[in-house]
This record gives sequence, structure tokens and C-alpha cells, in this order.
Amino acid sequence: MSEAPAFGNLRRLTPARLRLDPAGGAAPLSAVLDFQACHARARDAIHAPVDWAALAAALAPLPVLDLHSRAPDRATYIRRPDLGRRLRAEDAAGLTPPPGGADLAIVVADGLSALAVDRQAAGVVKALVARLPGLRLAPVALVRQGRVAVGDEVADRLGADLCLVLVGERPGLSVADSLGAYLTWRARPGTPDSARNCVSNIHGLGGLGHDQAADRLAWLIGAARARGLTGVGLKDESPALAGAAAPGRLAGEGAPPPCELVGREPAAHVPPG
Amino acid sequence: MPSYSALLGGERYRFDGLAPLLAAATPERSGDQLAGIAAESEAQRVAARMALADLPLAEFLTETVVPYETDEVTRLILDSHDAAAFAPFAAMTVGELRDWLLSDAAEARSLARAAPGLTPEMVAAVSKLMRNQDLIAAARKAEVVTAFRNTLGQKGRIATRLQPNHPADDLKGIAAAVLDGLLQGTGDAVIGINPATDNIANCTAILQALDGLRLDFGIPTQSCVLTHVTNTLEIIEAGGPVDLVFQSVAGTEAANAGFGVTLSVLAEAHAAARGLNRGTVGRNVMYFETGQGAPLSADAHHGVDQQTLEARAYGVARAFDPLLVNTVVGFIGPEYLYDGKQIIRAGLEDHFCGKILGLPMGVDVCYTNHVEADQDDMDTLMTLLAAAGVNFVICVPGSDDVMLSYQSLAFEDAAWLRRTFGLRPAPEFEDWLARTGLGEERGLRALPDLGQLARRMGLPA
Repeated sequence: MSEAPAFGNLRRLTPARLRLDPAGGAAPLSAVLDFQACHARARDAIHAPVDWAALAAALAPLPVLDLHSRAPDRATYIRRPDLGRRLRAEDAAGLTPPPGGADLAIVVADGLSALAVDRQAAGVVKALVARLPGLRLAPVALVRQGRVAVGDEVADRLGADLCLVLVGERPGLSVADSLGAYLTWRARPGTPDSARNCVSNIHGLGGLGHDQAADRLAWLIGAARARGLTGVGLKDESPALAGAAAPGRLAGEGAPPPCELVGREPAAHVPPG
Repeated sequence: MPSYSALLGGERYRFDGLAPLLAAATPERSGDQLAGIAAESEAQRVAARMALADLPLAEFLTETVVPYETDEVTRLILDSHDAAAFAPFAAMTVGELRDWLLSDAAEARSLARAAPGLTPEMVAAVSKLMRNQDLIAAARKAEVVTAFRNTLGQKGRIATRLQPNHPADDLKGIAAAVLDGLLQGTGDAVIGINPATDNIANCTAILQALDGLRLDFGIPTQSCVLTHVTNTLEIIEAGGPVDLVFQSVAGTEAANAGFGVTLSVLAEAHAAARGLNRGTVGRNVMYFETGQGAPLSADAHHGVDQQTLEARAYGVARAFDPLLVNTVVGFIGPEYLYDGKQIIRAGLEDHFCGKILGLPMGVDVCYTNHVEADQDDMDTLMTLLAAAGVNFVICVPGSDDVMLSYQSLAFEDAAWLRRTFGLRPAPEFEDWLARTGLGEERGLRALPDLGQLARRMGLPA
């Protein structure tokens, strides 16, 4: 097999796995094994459990609530998105508004990447809370086997005006630990995805850092409270965006856009669950 | 509503309606289980197939799975049904259609004559009585040829969509991926980009770049930016270089509404693109993508199994004489197709149904990371599809789509299929590859000068 010329300048133009070997033939073994390594990392991120105890410890002194969706295990969770969107009945029944009320309920759900929750969730929550003085916070809800919409039931039960769900995004081959954040005003079960604002691609490989993400979320929270809405009617005009590339548009990252509908024109992208 | 039944092992199984019968007869898949319409036992599944085998095909012309009054896809299917083409099959059952498809009487010409007489529901039904080898055997006899700047679908040929997606739509990054694909002989079906950003200016800039590349190198192929049909209409009105109109379509009016499309907007776009007269050897200007599970994900499935609804999406596609149709079979996720086995079966069903309905059927042989599948499953499916005579497959650099974050076939896989099965690219494109020094007979010529090609494309080599 011939040695592929380097053509480093061409390779730097795209994160795609360019081969650029005029000789063709079977893919080099090194490329095959690298692909397998990236796929393995993505698979492990999906199937590994979140270290919830470590997360609770990292969030201290913020109080936490340990909750579970209606999906009893990972295999069911993958097959039944509907179960991941609802709380287990006994967990829902135990949720009541905190004394004194709550402006914001923060929910952390594993989604499709345990690695994302392990690496990003505590940092984003702490950076965000530091930016929200005076806001009444409900205890941070930690939902096992949870999807984005499970936050609707949590915030509704806690009587919070705003719901912020931090959830592990579907891993790609390049990035396996990307966190997404979804903000919803007056969330309740059945709230459509068009009523949410999303900050995606929170990760360390060219995505949003914890402070950047917290800046944008704090701006969105302020705007949502001032205008009493979230979703398509609330455009993200946060100053943190000025001059920065939009998330998912960073060359070299291959940021995973969440897709559930088969339609692959970007307008059809919807939150992962 | 009629009910259907079959006796199996001393037990009588009843199915209250055509949709429940079709759903119960379907091979196991997670999407039908999620919708709560899958067979409740393996015995019930086989009993449903026995009842389906005895069902007259004519039943599908009087019994609908989605109401005629409220669904324009049903109206399209029944109003455009060709009774004369159906006449030879009018007395057959679904089981007898299966036997005919596998007989010598079914060959390229008789299949082409039959297509307008068969409805999507009939073809979906017969597929449920067919094993994987039957789906391959029948589909490989069909020949659906379409053309724009080259001729696609001839026997003995396999085409490829070169998909050079980039997470930031960077034009030089896209060009580098196009170069990589051309080096390995891909791109005759279309050079087609999924844009990361769906605004008109961005899509137009990508189209202009792809068109410039095509003109500079004289490549006999077509380009496409896979944006919403209404965006493409705007780009056409503004004078952008649109070869093909792309749109995702589904098998119910409500699911198409979820995609923001109606039959009338598709007709408008079809007419607009034909009016541009940009094709040189043919006038097929539409490119459709479909996939089992889309209606369920839009909560628009009417209790009909996802494979039957997928065939109805082909009913939508064939009304617009497309150049290309492909199912994105493994893209939709494990809640619809759980693992490699389900993806492989669905890929063969989709290809068979499309071909028998007269469509130029391709497949995106692919999976996402949360599906129980890997590249070995894709090797299996692409091999089976090549045996089945698939019109085209989709290829990305190194199997890794860095914009949509899923895995498809690599450029090397297309070369492997050509080598292993003795298949060739579209004839006009094959000639161009030979003229450019990129042809298959690599031993008989000097290797192409990559640096020179790159510089011609304005890339820093």
C-alpha cells in the first residue's frame, strides 16, 4: 500500500476524515482503528451511567433532588423516548413547591451522554448560579434516564416559572461529551419544543466553555422573565454571542446537531427527546 | 370496517381492519412497538401474514389505511391509480403477487408496465410476505433509468452521492471533501450538501461554489443543496444555479405538514426547476429523501405501520418524476429501527418498494451512535443492496459525516462495490473520470496529480 501524501494544508480545511490518496484501495488500517476508537468512545458515553453522587457532591451546597424517569433502564430508555419524558409516578408525587416559591428549576438529565453530564453539568450550574443573584432557586433535580421534556413535569410540580434542563447530547465521532441546555417558560407536560430556547454544544473541544454558556443562559433567563416567554418568540441577542461563531459552526469540531425527525434540512432539527 | 382472520395452530387470529393487519404482519421493529401496533406474539405475526397472503389486491382500492377525505396522499394514490396497468393483477391476492414477482414473468419491462397499477400499500403488503432474498431477487430485475446531466440506474452500474458536508459550511473545506470524493470516483448521482445553516444567502453561496467547480472541471453531474423546498424556490427566483430541488417527504399529509410541505408546493417547485432547463441528457429534477419512522416522530401515523407509510412516501415521490430518491434508513434512530438487523431489513424493504413502484431508488446505508449497529452491518447492507441493483448510495469522507454526526459509507466502500460486483459509474461520468485520469483502471495510467487538482480548485495544496 502506498503511503498517502500529507497534504496538511488541505486537511486543515475540514474536520472530515479526508484520505487524499490518489492511489485509492482499501482504507489504511490506522484510519480504520481510529474510526473504531471514536465510535467506541461515543458508544461508551451513551451506555455508561452518570456518576450522580459525584455530581451532587460537586453541586454542594446547592440542595439536590434524586429523581428517575419512567424508563427503568438504559435499554428501555433508548427504545422508548416517551418514558424518558415523564417522571416515575412516585417521584412526581413527592415533588412540591419549595416554601417561598421558586423562580427557576434547574434539571440535570443524562440524555444520551453520561460523559457530558459528568464533565460539564456541575461547572455550568455553578457558573450560572453565580450570575443569578436574587433569583429563587428550586433544589437541582437530577433525573436518571431523562430526556429534555422530563423537565416540564419537574418545573410544573415545583411551581417554578422557568425550567432549565441540562442534558447530554447524542455523541458524535468527534465530540462525545457535549452538553445541551434547554430553557422553557411555564413548562408543563405537553409543552412543544418550539417553546424552548436551546444553547447547545457545551464542551471543551472548541464548543462553548462553562462561563460562556452561563453568560448566554443568564441573558436568556433575564430576557425570558422580562418578556414572559421562551421559544421562537425569544431571539438570542446575548452580548456573549457578539463576534463569536455560533455553536455547531466551529470548524474542526463536528458538533452534533440533535435530530429526531428524518428530515435533514436544518429546519427539521428538534431537541433530542 | 372489514375484519380479517387466519387459523394457526388451532387458534383463530382476528385483525380489525387493514392497518392492524399490515402492522401485525410486519417484521419486528422498534417503531411499530413504540406506536403500540406491532404483533403481540410471533405466532400472531405469522397468522397476519397468512391472512394477508389470501387478501385480494383489489381490496386496497376500496379500503384505505388513511382516510381519503382527510389525507391528500391517499387521494393522490387512488386518483392517479392506473386501472389498465392493474388489470393483469386485478384477480390476484397479495400472495399471488409475491409469486409473480419471483417468477420469470416479472422482468424489467413487465415490472415497468406494472408499476403504475400497483399502489404503495399493495407493494408494502407484498414485501411483508417476502424474505430478504426475495426482496433482492425482485428488485434486481427492475430497471429505473433517470437522467439530468448523466444517465442513472442502468443495469450493471451503481452511482454515488458525494456528500461533502462541513460543520461551518466552509467553502474550501467543502471543496477539499469534493476533491477527496472525486479522487475515488464518486459523485455521479449528485454532489449534495446538507447545509449547517439554512438561510438563503448561505445556501446560494454553496450552490454557486459547487456549480463553479462543475463548470471548471466539466463534470457531467448535478449539484444540490439540501435545503427546504421553499428556500430552493426563492433561490430559483433569485437566479441561483439550481440543478435539483430537494425535499424530505413522508407518507401522510400530516407528516408532510411537519416537514412544511404540501403536494402543491412540490408541484410548484417541480415546474420551476424544469423551467430552468439545466439538464443536458434528461429532465428529472427532483431529489427526495424519506425514512421509516418520520410520520411517527411527527405524531402523524394514523395507526399505520412505519413501513407501509414509507411506501406511501414513494407514492408522493413518483408523482414528480424524480432523478433520485433515497431512504436514510439508519439515520432516524433506535426508537424506529433498533439495531443492525432491523436496519438491514428496512433498507432492503425500502429499496424493493421504491423500485417496484418505479422509483430511481438509492439508500443512505447509515447509522447513528445510539443504534446497536456498526460498520460491519453497513458492509452487509451495502453488499445486499449492490446485489439488489441499488441505483445509488451515499458516501462521505471516511464514513464520518462531521456535520450531521452519523456514519454512512466511505468513498472506499463505493470503490469496493464497483470492484467486487463489476459495477460501473454512470456512463457520462465514467467517460469524464477516464479523461481526467481518475478512472478505475489505476494500473494503466499515472496517478492523478493531487496537488495540481487542488490548486485548480483554489485550494492550498
